Amino acid sequence: MNLLDPQGPVAAANSTILVDSVFIMLAIVVPTIVAIVAFAFWFRASNTRARFQPDFVYSGRVEMVVWSIPALTVILLGGVAWIGSHQLDPRAPVPGTGSPVRIQAVSLDWKWLFIYPDQRIATVNSLTIPAGAELNFQLTSSSVMNVFFIPQLGSMIYTMNGMVTNLNLRADNEGKLQGLSAHFSGDGFPDMMFDVNVVSPLSFPDWVATTAKTDAVLNEDSYKKLMQQGIEKGRPTYRLDDPRLFDLIATQHIPPGPGPELVSDAGRSHTGGVDAR
Amino acid sequence: MQAVPTLEALMLGKLDWSAIPFDQPIPLIAGGVVLVAILAVLIWVVVKGHLPYLWHEWITSVDHKRIGVMYILLASVMLLRGGSDAIMMRIQQAIAYQSQGYLPPEHYNQIFSAHGTIMIFFVAMPFVIGLMNLVVPLQLGVRDVAFPTLNSVGFWLTATGALLVNLSLVIGEFARTGWLAFPPLSELSYSPGVGVDYYAWSLQISGVGTLVAGINLVTTVLKLRTKGMNYLRMPMFCWTTLASNLLIVAAFPILTATLAMLLLDRYLGFHFFTNEAGGNVMMFMNLIWAWGHPEVYILVLPAFGIFSEVVSTFSGKALFGYRSMVLATMAICVISFMVWLHHFFTMGAGPDVNAIFGIASMIIAVPTGVKIYNWLFTMYGGRIRFATPMLWAVGFMVTFIIGGLTGVLVAVPPADFMLHNSMFLVAHFHNVIIGGVLFGAFAGFEYWFPKAFGFRLDERWGKLAFWFTFTGFWITFVPLYAAGMLGMTRRLQHYNVAEWRPWMIVAAIGMAVLSIGVICQIMQLVVSIRNREALRDRTGDPWDGRSLEWATSSPPPVFNFAFHPDVRGEDAYWDMKIAAQQQSLEHDVPEYQDIEMPRNSPTGFVCAFFATIMGFALIWHIWWMVILGGIGAFATFVVFAWRDHDEYVIPAAEVAAIDRVNLEERRSLVSMAGAI
Repeated sequence: MNLLDPQGPVAAANSTILVDSVFIMLAIVVPTIVAIVAFAFWFRASNTRARFQPDFVYSGRVEMVVWSIPALTVILLGGVAWIGSHQLDPRAPVPGTGSPVRIQAVSLDWKWLFIYPDQRIATVNSLTIPAGAELNFQLTSSSVMNVFFIPQLGSMIYTMNGMVTNLNLRADNEGKLQGLSAHFSGDGFPDMMFDVNVVSPLSFPDWVATTAKTDAVLNEDSYKKLMQQGIEKGRPTYRLDDPRLFDLIATQHIPPGPGPELVSDAGRSHTGGVDAR
Repeated sequence: MQAVPTLEALMLGKLDWSAIPFDQPIPLIAGGVVLVAILAVLIWVVVKGHLPYLWHEWITSVDHKRIGVMYILLASVMLLRGGSDAIMMRIQQAIAYQSQGYLPPEHYNQIFSAHGTIMIFFVAMPFVIGLMNLVVPLQLGVRDVAFPTLNSVGFWLTATGALLVNLSLVIGEFARTGWLAFPPLSELSYSPGVGVDYYAWSLQISGVGTLVAGINLVTTVLKLRTKGMNYLRMPMFCWTTLASNLLIVAAFPILTATLAMLLLDRYLGFHFFTNEAGGNVMMFMNLIWAWGHPEVYILVLPAFGIFSEVVSTFSGKALFGYRSMVLATMAICVISFMVWLHHFFTMGAGPDVNAIFGIASMIIAVPTGVKIYNWLFTMYGGRIRFATPMLWAVGFMVTFIIGGLTGVLVAVPPADFMLHNSMFLVAHFHNVIIGGVLFGAFAGFEYWFPKAFGFRLDERWGKLAFWFTFTGFWITFVPLYAAGMLGMTRRLQHYNVAEWRPWMIVAAIGMAVLSIGVICQIMQLVVSIRNREALRDRTGDPWDGRSLEWATSSPPPVFNFAFHPDVRGEDAYWDMKIAAQQQSLEHDVPEYQDIEMPRNSPTGFVCAFFATIMGFALIWHIWWMVILGGIGAFATFVVFAWRDHDEYVIPAAEVAAIDRVNLEERRSLVSMAGAI
């Protein structure tokens, strides 16, 4: 999951900016650290060769330099931040080959549901995408906040109940990646990691066709079962009954998922914890 | 029809035996050990007959020095609690690879939430507020803070918050939501237990304490300066105190209001931050960071002030570019209020908003960088003595620059899109909080300890503590930076990614080294107390200091100064020493006068006692007790407000007797220095 081993253009651009920014800053940070250590060592009280200058307490020239160095660095980095923020806006499409793939991701307690509305299929904790295609993600949450993040594809974004956030990515190379939730969401949070299978554009339709043959159907009823608190160790797949399911979730036509049940009145709610184990 | 509540529910609210975690050995044993320790101390105090002394000289004291010391004591005890949490987390993450480790999620999640809450609110805050309380009136050359009794109230309310947090260890549970308790996770539907209530009421009560401390210190700096101490002659620490407390006064009400809204949601079914009925979770995030970002500057600004004092004193020079430093301090104070949005770049804001707040955040690096360079040039041409405080200062400069680098990095939105909430971020804020605030607190502790207690701390153990803490810090947090670069997110109770594992093991080893540093710090205190006669500071000026706190004895008399010092420039006491040498020691016998000082008052302690009852009752829904506690706290204030006497007089003869002893010692010091 190395951030410096990007598998798509967004992650590549993110990590380039990350690395460049570090080097821009190192250019002033390293000399400063060297100066701190050198000054501290040379001007030690026991060094008789160092010249004691107790009256060197102000110098307009030095002040000018010490205000300008960080200011210039920030101007440079500010430019990087401005251009980078605009070019890498998560809402901007990332053009690719072939037709774009629309994916609607819902964070549940504590699993990820991926709905492919155009293909009329859905998967849990496993995201399959064609290499090179434009990927349009719409994200929401069934209950608490989470963050959708595939480190090697780049930019993460929050999922929130009753709201839709957008993210555009592209995966360039076939292979297996991993995604995760990057915002703590309760006892089952560590198990919200999901597989990302980047397949060739040719085999993607085959995968869709195979998945569409699944017996399990995702509709309002099966979704309500799925959104109960708990961990999903398997990788279930579904046929999608109603392509508007995501909208029903995001607009709260399907009410938010329930939390844990209290075992006793004394406030220590253990149901969730036991499930997570 | 509503059921009639049982008598039990009326008397005890939600409280029953299931609140005690008999099934969880770790908190039970930890709580038991702490309870036994507290009982043992109490019994020792009572049996030895120290109770009257403690009551009259400490608990009811309104002396800013005593209150400062109690703040620091509270912070130190809580540092051990928060540190234990840290050790448990690092061990858990080192072993929880493809396994559940030794901490189940419901326990692990409480630990990281408590760790953050304790370290910020009950370690860092009381430590810096304690140092400001102890030192600022002395540096300003005055006899007390503006509102001495309020000061005591502030301290005891902070202690109440700390007590409630620790109580959650054995009665009920603590929040399992992270230290900022983001809704909707912290709402009743997803956190039905009392954990979030413990969190919120602790912070509400201690927040009142922090706010009054802030008001008190702002007023003290603005209104109570000795003659000649105009703004541009104040020591740097007074400036950073002013900036930090202005931020407290401006920011803490936001925290109080935000938590009040969360509590209304939880207690009375409001919908400020719920998923349903138009609640908005993003508003909580917005508000909590509008307080949360200034908060980190509330903590780090006083640390900057401490380093300014330390670097200048131990370099034997005045602070380089004093006016520039003042400007930088106030610039940080203002800009820190305009950058909070960088905590949620990834929540879907547009590129303009993200870029503007990213750049605003970077701009803070400019005055901060200026500060680093001015300390650097203070050292240039100096005669640097590497006593322990100076080691912490140099260690800070090196460490903090790296923390600043990674901080500016996460202020670049596209970089933050990869690093938000990651272990990289965890490493970053520990880099600035430990490397900045904690190193600063330790430097201040070593530097002003002789002033507070009249004897210096052992240098050998102090240096050992520094080196272990410094190396331990790097061994712990470089691996976390690395894990963040490998995509690891924070707050994972277990994980299955093999490449993260080695880094977690190294971090746990670093934590062990860091712990040795803490043990050295405790050893230093023990050894120094035993050798206190040899380490005695008779002159009140053990470091050849430059500001007014060194112009009085160690420890200072209750009235601080027999005469209000007359300040003629920056580095007031340094100028006095020079003048004394040049005048070849011809002193007239000063004419002493009566001094009026504020009387001690149990108001703070009694008020906090009732606040504790009220807080506990609110957490457990025991309504009669809430009313009782509320009335008690209010009545305490009324009684205080109707007091007849609030000051007592120290006769001139007594002032003279106390002052002459110190004057003799000091003159012999100056004459010795003059002879050399």
